[in-house]
Amino acid sequence: MKRRDLLLATLALLVIWQIAAMLVNQPILPTPVQVGAAFVEELGKGLAGHFLASLWRVIASTLLSILLAAPAGLALGQSKRANDFFAPLIYILYPIPKVVFVPIVLLFLGIGDFPKIVIIFLILFFQILVLVRDQAAGLRPELIRSVRSLGAGRMALFRFVYLPASIPGILTALRQSVGTAVAVLYIAELFATQKGLGYYIYLNGNTLFNYPAMYAGVVAMSILGLGLYFAVDWLERKLCPWLFVS
Amino acid sequence: MIEVEHLTFDYGHGAPVFQDFSWSAARGEAWTVLGPSGCGKSTLLNILAGLVKPGVGAMRVDGQNLNRPRPQTGLIIQDYGLLPWATVRENARLGLRVRNYYGPDGVHAPKDYARTMDVELWLERLGLLPQAAQFPGQLSGGQRQRTAIARTLALQPDLLLMDEPFSSLDAPTREGLQRLVLELWHETGLTLVTVTHAIEEAAVLGQRILLLNLPPNTRPQIIENPNILQPGYRESDEYVALCRSLRTMMETA
Repeated sequence: MKRRDLLLATLALLVIWQIAAMLVNQPILPTPVQVGAAFVEELGKGLAGHFLASLWRVIASTLLSILLAAPAGLALGQSKRANDFFAPLIYILYPIPKVVFVPIVLLFLGIGDFPKIVIIFLILFFQILVLVRDQAAGLRPELIRSVRSLGAGRMALFRFVYLPASIPGILTALRQSVGTAVAVLYIAELFATQKGLGYYIYLNGNTLFNYPAMYAGVVAMSILGLGLYFAVDWLERKLCPWLFVS
Repeated sequence: MIEVEHLTFDYGHGAPVFQDFSWSAARGEAWTVLGPSGCGKSTLLNILAGLVKPGVGAMRVDGQNLNRPRPQTGLIIQDYGLLPWATVRENARLGLRVRNYYGPDGVHAPKDYARTMDVELWLERLGLLPQAAQFPGQLSGGQRQRTAIARTLALQPDLLLMDEPFSSLDAPTREGLQRLVLELWHETGLTLVTVTHAIEEAAVLGQRILLLNLPPNTRPQIIENPNILQPGYRESDEYVALCRSLRTMMETA
């Protein structure tokens, strides 16, 4: 995607927003200028802290799920026996919308960061597991055979073939689920916490009726989602340059 | 260099591919193994590479019984076996990286192996320097196979096994690579075993040709072909006559 096109699209959205706000002409839809001013003002009054709390939860759960799901996916992808054993379990658990576990996880794990991290982890874990597993299983036996002929045993195959082969799978999984992860984070932050953008948006919209601040929170959440998406894009270009050559 | 004694091998169903089969190849010879699909030629190569365990019988390479891939044996396969995420230079280094990873343990790398990552001479010899920073997806089939050859020769093998190495390449590329392999064989003095189903390739690359037929193979049929290095051999009457007689032998079997 070209930078200029992205900039133009952002501008177009702002113009549409501005026109809509002028047409509606009510406090529940402030103009982009009002929200921009509120955003800058709120940053100093705690919005930045809420943003960082949400960012930390997403980053922590992303790292945790990569750390646990990638090795598990690699193991399943390498061993047909292990995969035959676990595949039915994954088949059942994978499509369940993990957001329904929010109340259960909160019941068991209570307040604080940890239950929120666990909820996002549940979403990312299965996505990464399945994609890395399929990527490892899809490596052609001929490739494995020829690398073995170079002297590679199990350890070297893992280090030089399976591990690098899993990186595109991890990144694809993140790209597909980072949006869902942020959405579910919003839901999770409505409960049992006083930190995070979900809490902030709800507080300003439904308790304080400070609409410009509420919109500033929505903008911050959008920036969080977009930023993560861009980060995955950037990592993919950095780590998988071979996918971008003609 | 290679000694196969009383080899019996089957896949657990049908006739055994080899039954009490004995064959040997001397150091520095260029052999081709020719036969129709299903004759067991790839099986023989996999056993020679140490990737498949022989059933009954003895299998020695350089006097050593074979239980696993031997560090001094190189293998070239039809679909190149390159890492798609690594450049030509990194692919050529892969064997050395594997050796550096294990160190000179005598199992994954020879005991006298000295750590290196230098493949520049091989990239140059195989004409790959202009492509060194490119990925396999950007290369032609011939360039990919040359990368695989550079990767294998960087390990300085004394035995090079090739499994239908040029079958998916177009004719001019294939002939160029056949010439290159013969040159490299001649320069390095390694022992060369090429498995192929193509009669012409068997006649071009094999000083001696081992002809296999439908299983079970019990005794080796060996055809001598001493003049492969002579200039113009590919156009000679001798070559044409050999191809004709190989075809007859394959059809009557």
